[in-house]
Amino acid sequence: MTTPWIIAPVAIPAMTAAFLVLALRHHRTGQRFVSIAATIAQLAVAIGLYVAASDGELRTYLLGNWPAPFGIVLVLDRLAATMLLLTGLLAFGIVLAALGEWDKRGRHFHALFQFQLLGVNGAFLTGDLFNLFVFFEVLLIASYGLMLHGGGPRRLVAGFHYIGINLIGSTVFLFAAGLIYAATGTLNMADLAAKVPLVTPANQPLLAAGALLLLTVFATKSAMVPLHWWLPTAYGSTSPPVAAMFAIMTKVGAYSIIRVYTLIFGAEAGPLADIAAPWILPAGIITLVFGTIGVLAARRIVDLVCYALIASMGTVLMAIGLTGTTALAAAMYYALQSTIASAALFLLAGLLAPEKDSRIAFAWLPRYGTLFAGFYFLLAIATVGLPPLAGFIGKLLILDAGRAASAMAFVWSAILITGLLLTVGFVRTGMSIFWTPAPPSGELPQRAVPAGPVAVIAGMIIVIAALSLFAGAVMDDLTAMAEQLGAPQRYIAAVLRPHVTLNLTGE
Amino acid sequence: MSMEFLMATGVGALTAAGLYLILLRRTFPVVVGLSFLSYAVNVFLFTMGRLTIDKPPIIDATQQGTTDPLPQALVLTAIVITFGMTALIVVLSLRAFLETGNDDVTLDVTPEDEAPARNSTEASR
Repeated sequence: MTTPWIIAPVAIPAMTAAFLVLALRHHRTGQRFVSIAATIAQLAVAIGLYVAASDGELRTYLLGNWPAPFGIVLVLDRLAATMLLLTGLLAFGIVLAALGEWDKRGRHFHALFQFQLLGVNGAFLTGDLFNLFVFFEVLLIASYGLMLHGGGPRRLVAGFHYIGINLIGSTVFLFAAGLIYAATGTLNMADLAAKVPLVTPANQPLLAAGALLLLTVFATKSAMVPLHWWLPTAYGSTSPPVAAMFAIMTKVGAYSIIRVYTLIFGAEAGPLADIAAPWILPAGIITLVFGTIGVLAARRIVDLVCYALIASMGTVLMAIGLTGTTALAAAMYYALQSTIASAALFLLAGLLAPEKDSRIAFAWLPRYGTLFAGFYFLLAIATVGLPPLAGFIGKLLILDAGRAASAMAFVWSAILITGLLLTVGFVRTGMSIFWTPAPPSGELPQRAVPAGPVAVIAGMIIVIAALSLFAGAVMDDLTAMAEQLGAPQRYIAAVLRPHVTLNLTGE
Repeated sequence: MSMEFLMATGVGALTAAGLYLILLRRTFPVVVGLSFLSYAVNVFLFTMGRLTIDKPPIIDATQQGTTDPLPQALVLTAIVITFGMTALIVVLSLRAFLETGNDDVTLDVTPEDEAPARNSTEASR
């Protein structure tokens, strides 16, 4: 089935960003209106596509109407629709949170933000491995600009690290794509999925090398230990709304892992079946442990949030590594709530430790202490995974999915012990911020708390609460999503079918 | 045979040089190293359609066989992207050099802008 709406999540931000740069370069108010309108439009399209995809049908869009293995194809399935919806929600919150304070620090915040959305949405929709590389580059280029937004020496040096590591990652991506093309002669994901089981034994080592090189790229993006070192430096040095937006970028890595290693190198890939799973599971466990150690060692609240994000990525990756329908559904559920919780925590960290003095400053605390402490309390519960919020349900689902696995002892002890340690880390930081605030050193700027971020954090907490409240319905959808991922032949048929009916209506 | 040998050693040498330079702690060698790596991957991408000499890139009945035209298209995309990225990182390292006064890539864990706030954070440890 073909729907033109699939191109909308890519086309809307592309046009908006170009329009912002070309026509509204000097009109900040105009930029804001257009950017918010475009973000709302993307959210609406994402909701529409989610509803459309929930009938279980796979929809495709052929760019330029070139038939599938030759042209680039966008594919909408339940996974892509879920990720688009998450991006839409997050972007809507962050564009509001950035108003007033952060989008004033440079001229092109909104244009870069839209370019970032273009890359993220495109990466979720594309059905072509090389096109995935291109969308990765688009989102990275935009993220370089956003990361440096606001300037300052620390941000510049941290930005150099971030760009350097991602350039190396892109190079490795190209090497991997080259190896996979050399072995199979195609880069269309559906075509790859059909051809990988048929690769000759002589070419299999080449293909395996490509597949695992690709895993290192996605592992870098998703901050999998030992490729996570860039994350605290980069996210901890950038502005809070940008860091909150970047919370989705680690999920782009996780999404790519799910897509490539269920569709192309999934259970039906012949000799290369489930090639990545033995690596992802232990790496996920180690990532969770490292993230927890980082949380315990963090000295700035933003570092605490960065390492909590790494720990949550470890949990997600561990669940992905368990493979199987229930584990994938649990991984996605946990990923959804942890993305929103991390984004809200980044925004809160920005309020607790405003720019310039990047350590905890207490200018707003006496007046707004109760409100901030309440936010912190709820978000800590969600991140650590205590009942009743969605983090608890997510971890419970992962524990349940891990019951059948041979690595159950590791999975259970990792999740349960780190849960306790994460609680200790969050409690200690919370106590030192809210219960024993040190007197502010020097005069602190007396400014009113910006209403935008506060409202957005409250909204994000409501979304997390809704995820917990309607966990049953959400899990039904996510289980259907995981079942769809477990049947790659339907994806292959949906993508490669149209060239049978290769209509000449285009003429 | 000799062609394969040339390509393989070329890619290997470029990659090795790139990796070595990336591990240095000044921005200039890192940028040059990144360029070497991207040259290596560009050459590598050419070989992924297998090395075929003196063949047209489209199917021609008068010639025996064709060469794969896709890698060229991919290399072109890769060149454009890495060229833009290199330009960006050069500008960034210049800005960082002008703002911080050195071209060291190491990130000081306690930059001076955090030092005055030290006593307010003792409690947060």
